Amino acid sequence: MLDAMLSGLSQLAQIQHLMYLAIGVGLGLIVGILPGLGGIVGLSLLLPFIYGMDQISALAMLIGLVAVIPTSDTFTSVLMGIPGSSASQATVLDGFPLAKKGQAARALAAAFSASLLGGLVGAAVLTGFVLIARPVILAFGSAELFMLSILGLSMVGVLAGHSLPKGIAAAGLGLLLGGLGAAPATGELRMSLDSVYLMDGIPLVIVGLGVFAFPEIIDLCRQNRSIAEAGKLGSGWLTGIRDMIRYRWLCLRCAGLGSLVGTIPGLGGAVVDWIAYGHVVQSSKDKSQFGKGDIRGVLAPESANNAKEGGGLVPTLLFGIPGSGGMAVFLGGMVLVGLETGPAMIGRNLDITYAIIWSLAIANVLGAGASLLISPAVARLTTIPYGYLAPFMVMVICFAAFQATRSLGDLLALLVIGILGVLMKRFGWSRPAFLIGFVLAANAETYLYQAVQFYGFEFLLRPGVLIILAITVLSVWLGSRRRPENPVENAEEEGSRAKNLMPQIAFTGLIFLIAAFGFWDSLQHTFLGSVFTGSISAVIMAVSALLLWKFLSGKHSDPANYDHEVEAGLRDDPTVVSLSHYVLWIAGLVAGTALVGFFISVVVFFLFFLRLKAGASWLRAVLLTAAAISGLLLLAHTLVLDLPGGLLQDALRLPWPLG
Amino acid sequence: MSWKSIKTVGRQAGAIAVATAALVTAYASPALAADFSGKRVELIMPFQEGGGTDTWGRFWVPHLSKHLPGNPSVVVRNIPGGGSTTGANQFEARARPDGLTLLGTSASTHFPYLLNDRRVRFEAKDWEVILGSPTGGVVFVRPELGVQSAADMGKLRGQSLKYGSQGATSLDLVPLLAFDIMGLNVDAVFGMQGRGAGRLAFERGEVNIDYQTSSAYINNVKPLIEANQAVPLFSWGMLDSNGNIVRDPSFPDLPSFPEAYEMAFGEKPSGPAWEAYKSFFIAGFPAQKMLVLPKGTPSEIVEAYRAAATAAINDPAFQENREAALGEYEQVVGKPAEVMMEQAFSVSEESRNWVRNWLTEKYSVQF
Repeated sequence: MLDAMLSGLSQLAQIQHLMYLAIGVGLGLIVGILPGLGGIVGLSLLLPFIYGMDQISALAMLIGLVAVIPTSDTFTSVLMGIPGSSASQATVLDGFPLAKKGQAARALAAAFSASLLGGLVGAAVLTGFVLIARPVILAFGSAELFMLSILGLSMVGVLAGHSLPKGIAAAGLGLLLGGLGAAPATGELRMSLDSVYLMDGIPLVIVGLGVFAFPEIIDLCRQNRSIAEAGKLGSGWLTGIRDMIRYRWLCLRCAGLGSLVGTIPGLGGAVVDWIAYGHVVQSSKDKSQFGKGDIRGVLAPESANNAKEGGGLVPTLLFGIPGSGGMAVFLGGMVLVGLETGPAMIGRNLDITYAIIWSLAIANVLGAGASLLISPAVARLTTIPYGYLAPFMVMVICFAAFQATRSLGDLLALLVIGILGVLMKRFGWSRPAFLIGFVLAANAETYLYQAVQFYGFEFLLRPGVLIILAITVLSVWLGSRRRPENPVENAEEEGSRAKNLMPQIAFTGLIFLIAAFGFWDSLQHTFLGSVFTGSISAVIMAVSALLLWKFLSGKHSDPANYDHEVEAGLRDDPTVVSLSHYVLWIAGLVAGTALVGFFISVVVFFLFFLRLKAGASWLRAVLLTAAAISGLLLLAHTLVLDLPGGLLQDALRLPWPLG
Repeated sequence: MSWKSIKTVGRQAGAIAVATAALVTAYASPALAADFSGKRVELIMPFQEGGGTDTWGRFWVPHLSKHLPGNPSVVVRNIPGGGSTTGANQFEARARPDGLTLLGTSASTHFPYLLNDRRVRFEAKDWEVILGSPTGGVVFVRPELGVQSAADMGKLRGQSLKYGSQGATSLDLVPLLAFDIMGLNVDAVFGMQGRGAGRLAFERGEVNIDYQTSSAYINNVKPLIEANQAVPLFSWGMLDSNGNIVRDPSFPDLPSFPEAYEMAFGEKPSGPAWEAYKSFFIAGFPAQKMLVLPKGTPSEIVEAYRAAATAAINDPAFQENREAALGEYEQVVGKPAEVMMEQAFSVSEESRNWVRNWLTEKYSVQF
């Protein structure tokens, strides 16, 4: 084993390999900064170049890219409230409020130092763990994986916000949306309205962008100022690093957690950051600042998500089972350079395994260092008036969305989920709870069904299941401990109580109707195909009926009564346009795409937005549009991606990029 | 005239034009042969990046570029969705027969076509095949079942077997049909994310019968067999040049599925279930992945591609890494590929209906 370690190290230490590693890191930084473009995009950009490279160089380059994305995607999460990739969704919750307070530099420095620590701990854990990982992974059968999904869902308790019923309904809605498409047990198509797009289910990246990025863009547009409220950055570099050192045990715990959860195939890396976030909230005495800019809310997910990438390598190398889309492409890369995965990776090819693991560590150091260096410059984005930033953001999230299946359906789904996200934000329905429900829906349903098939209901008595159950109970209990009374916060809450309950009644009624549709749909299917969505729908219907009853009977003081329009004073502010105004702008872009294709629509959108909303001169508007569109086309061309077409493109064959 | 019929007429006109052009060039000198200098060729990949077929396509890309006349750049365009029907439909609707657009198919593309899935808007039979990449597979069971080899498979009948599957209409249709023909009592547990997940369930003892395609079997299951944690039964077999299913050359010690059937029942398999099985087996394994050009592509372009594929296969640079990406089998190019495609896509109406009914009755699949 020592031989393999040394051999791995000496192979890696060659200057040529390090150079390729640095190339991967560089590309990863760029791809990671663009929101929504994760490892899949970056890796597929690199794949054409690895042909003919030697194995270690090729792997070092791919690893450099994989390792650095959860670091660099933090930029948009913190600075713009847009999750850079599914690994950074939880970072948004506290990172973005910090940026709004003008503490972007502190939050970024804390995030990058936590990423660095997470990546190094991850690699250290893996060095030993990879040797004993096989039996550990095999110990997690369908029953244990089901219980792990339940543990993940229990995090909803701490993320529910002020009203637990609304949190439960939000998580239920996420589960229901996750159940859309083919039923895992029978392949029956649920709630898909006979649309080929919906049959495949809605891609995670679109749901993430819809519920987090879309509402933030709308809000920032309405307020039309820079992201940092004072228009200043503030210093705080060193503060951020000191924060990490101060909470080092938290970071170490989350890093360990991240690398182990990442190891378990089938759970999906997408929940690691939420589990870490839930963990920090549960284990903190003073919870009052979470969601409003608590630095621990940035440190926990960031140290976990970097460690996760290393963990995700284990099932990929040992079993050939990729834990995520990015890992699937990495596996493809391994095959292209002639490496086959399997037990040999801890036997005859152990040196390659170690070279991969340590590439990961080096890449983390390079990536976090580079991110720290460029962060003051990138953080300046938060001082730009949002009218100029908004069209870029809209274009980027649309581009990220149609990465998913490259069709107009992606944009429509983004719009619909985005509107849902806007309303959830306005009425205080927990969006993290919704997202966790969505992410875990397929796991919970599939593994429950498989566990019952394999073990019957006795699966609940398996030792692994009981242990995870005990952890779940403990974590719910920890999370439900009463938090200390905070008079300031209580006063804030009073301010958010709406006098007019009609908008909330309408929204809750809409949720009830969606659940009713889900329930009706479940009646059309066999027992195995319907039991999951049917039960979830019934729960949502019951909870939303309860909420409706509260609203209809005029209980203004109930914690469920929340209206952001009232809280933020937006309703009475004559300088702020209505909530629907910018939603209609984006809807116009999507409608335009359906008619004349994305390319023409986005050009028109850019010109008019910059002229009318940002107040740019025509010349300036044209120049900025040209710059943005060239960037878009360059990316689309390199990625061999057609921009979605509309009716015009159906009727006529137009030259690229028009067609 | 409706839009659709305008399109059809347009396509027919196009086809006539192409046919004329083909006729003209056929008589012309070889100087007019296909040349792709400065062109960009797109390989449409109806799957997400990563995964078996995408990797297979990406393996071929640099070799095609190197050996095609004029060395065009060849790029992969991923169009995922609809279980690969979305990409294939777009290829059918948009690709021109000029050799600049290819499609990579896999069993996930072939099966919906054979089953008359309503999402399918393409006529696979009309495609011009460049090459086919076969794969095989081996069925194995847990040692607790008390079976040593295919010879005592009788012991399996009556035992309750579990198989981890991706879905009844996926490539798993072939093993599920095979188990049924064998008279085995196999419960399929669905929802597996790929064959790897099924193998993991097997290693955990959650399921007790499984199969893996050849390279996964060699890399991941052979170590289990050596550790007495799995017992191999039979391979699916491979096609010989006459279209018969014979022993898989990668596993000469294992009987093929028809042999195993004969060992168990004392006669060769026959009947409607067997006929149906054969069509889907060929479309799923010997013809698992294919590289095709659109209908009506002029023959000199098709031939240029076939020549490039043949040249690539004989290139030492190709042989070096091929096993990881392409598996153990000889690539099938040109005429033999045509024969294989013909066999894969010409399912009889009777067999088709038999499988559709079987899927509906046994696995409540709605068409």
